[in-house]
Amino acid sequence: MNTEILGIIVMFSLSVLLAIPFGKYIAKVYGGEKTLLDPIFNPFERLFYKVSGINSQTEMNWKQQMVALLTINMVWFLLGMLILMTQGSLPLNPDKNPSMSAYLAFNTVISFVVNCNLQHYSGETGLSYIGQYWLMFLQFVSAGTGMAAAVVLFRAFRDKSTADLGNFYNHFVKSCTRILLPVSLIVAVVLLFEGTPMTFEGKDSITTLEGDVQEVSRGPAAAFIPIKHVGTNGGGFYGVNSAHPFENPSYLTNMVEMVAQLIVPLAMVFAFGYFICRRKLSWMIFSVMTVGFLMLTIPNINMEMNGNPAIAQMGIDNTLGAMEGKESRLGAPASGFWSIVTTVISTGSVNSMHDSSMPLSGMNELLAMMINAFYGGVGVGMLNFFVFVILAVFISGLMVGRTPEFLGKKVEAREMKIAMVIALLHPFLILVGTALSAALPQYTMETLNNPSFHGLSEMLYENTSSAANNGSGFEGLGDDTIWWNISTGFILILGRFLPIIGPIAIAGLLAQKRYIPEGDGTLKTDTATFGLMVFAVIAIVAALAFFPVLTLGPIAEYFSLY
Amino acid sequence: MKKHILPAIKLTVVMILFFTVLYPLVVWGIAQFAPNSGKGAIIEHNGNTYYANIGQSFSDDKYFWSRPSAVDYNAGGSGGSNKGASNEEYLAEVQARIDTFLVHNPEVKKSEIPVDLVTASGSGLDPNFSVQAAKVQVKRIAKVRGIEEVTLNQLIEKHTEKPLWGIFGPEKINVLKLNIALDELK
Repeated sequence: MNTEILGIIVMFSLSVLLAIPFGKYIAKVYGGEKTLLDPIFNPFERLFYKVSGINSQTEMNWKQQMVALLTINMVWFLLGMLILMTQGSLPLNPDKNPSMSAYLAFNTVISFVVNCNLQHYSGETGLSYIGQYWLMFLQFVSAGTGMAAAVVLFRAFRDKSTADLGNFYNHFVKSCTRILLPVSLIVAVVLLFEGTPMTFEGKDSITTLEGDVQEVSRGPAAAFIPIKHVGTNGGGFYGVNSAHPFENPSYLTNMVEMVAQLIVPLAMVFAFGYFICRRKLSWMIFSVMTVGFLMLTIPNINMEMNGNPAIAQMGIDNTLGAMEGKESRLGAPASGFWSIVTTVISTGSVNSMHDSSMPLSGMNELLAMMINAFYGGVGVGMLNFFVFVILAVFISGLMVGRTPEFLGKKVEAREMKIAMVIALLHPFLILVGTALSAALPQYTMETLNNPSFHGLSEMLYENTSSAANNGSGFEGLGDDTIWWNISTGFILILGRFLPIIGPIAIAGLLAQKRYIPEGDGTLKTDTATFGLMVFAVIAIVAALAFFPVLTLGPIAEYFSLY
Repeated sequence: MKKHILPAIKLTVVMILFFTVLYPLVVWGIAQFAPNSGKGAIIEHNGNTYYANIGQSFSDDKYFWSRPSAVDYNAGGSGGSNKGASNEEYLAEVQARIDTFLVHNPEVKKSEIPVDLVTASGSGLDPNFSVQAAKVQVKRIAKVRGIEEVTLNQLIEKHTEKPLWGIFGPEKINVLKLNIALDELK
């Protein structure tokens, strides 16, 4: 077995092995149990609450939590607009980068508030260090927001028949301090010693060995890069993200960044099981997610390793694989693997240029975001998956002719309506967004970097990435235009907050219902049969809705190339 | 909503201090023990300093050429070509790179040219290339510099970086380090 494949296997297995104990730790944190890090973080959190006048022990119902969540997100949005539109005249701007236009600031702030990190600017030239660090702050808190939302779901199924589902601020702050921060710090240390810069000095100018002048952007990157992964944000410090030799200097950092982005989404699945004391349910969820993940990943690794057939035809040595847009220190297989991890879990950081992926690799990247529930982003991945579980429970209930139940709660018309709306919202946003982009060539034609089928894929990718709050891109697209900034800005908001509010509403409604103890006739949801059912629902609802547009984009490109 | 606004603003302010001042300061403190105090690992040669991780453009016949770059190795603004696999214009560009390479390296068979030498990297700043990318340039450099091919092959072997801990990832060569060593051969 070659060293490149071995590297991939180890990255994935290591993530799973670490995620299990980490999930247990997360369950303890949200359960308010004692943990090792209490002496460090207790004083800080007390200080936070004292200054802000928040009582973190007040119980809230799901509606109160959503109001608190939306209010603080609004504060971040307004403050963010202010900072990005004035950064040019603020301190810590050694490279004299300009303030953002209102359109670009609108898109950028929304995109970081919603944990997407679609970047219509390039870090080296588009942000001051204050701008970068403001976005880093959003990377922490947007991830914390998603996780705090997931805890409402956790609580709803642990506490039988109740309206009190914990305190939003409590869950949010703990997610940031006790889960995201410690992992980020460990990753930062590895990056530092492998060569990632951490300096507040600006660009350096050197003379190369051949005598040319070369500008080199540096900056305080080593603190920024870890949280972009741990919080599944994905926004890079430098323009090309983790393909940049400062952002991802070696194969070791590549492995560490990979584990860093996988660990929290995986751990949340296990944390759910520990928290509600149903570990077998966690394994059902994990298995469905993993089967889906592998079905997308393995073909990608294979296609990227085999390389571009049009280049092979030119008669050169094509054994390294599809190297356009890829880095030599990482290689084609690890880049193909990353391209799926980053799209299934909504990170959206890239270590190769997805625009130059093989056609069907590009399709799998799109599918990963279209489904958006194989692991998924921190917190929100669980919420998306929960919607599919509710749909599967309902369909299974109909098949056996019983009232659908999930974990002892009856699923009725109201919950089903919400679940259906949320499940259909995602394809609606993506398909309508893409259709509009294609129907208005005066706004989009000039922005495409590739002709023909691939041009359509670029527009499809941009809309998909926005709706899934992913943030990666077919980056050839010239997306800093009023059209792209505004249209994706709105898709981002809808694609973030409705899929949080919907599942939380379902969980909140279910929590208030009477608990029915399991009997012989109860549908068992922690079995392989039910897992298969969930998988089928995902395949039909999520994947098939997109088949027509995938045919026009990546599939058509495939047949033109092979 | 009203009763949440003030607490939200205050909480945001303290958390900004914690996550964008205190946390980076800790990382910055640790950075003082890292290579070059966290300003990027450097190589010094003949009084000049270079960044070890940032690739440079090499197109002179006396040096090992580096990979093509969509941004011409401008490390003040990284970037890839973002060309799709089926893009005709792009494929013509790759063909042109192959032709150019064959003109400068007439003794090389086309089937020996590795794909990384004719495709642009993701960052446009790739500091590395494959072992084959070095080997395929040996004949040209030997002729231009008047050095034995054996010596060059030894140099390549010496600068080949094995996979991580010998088991993970690809083999590669740092182009800058190899070219500096080439200049030091005499």
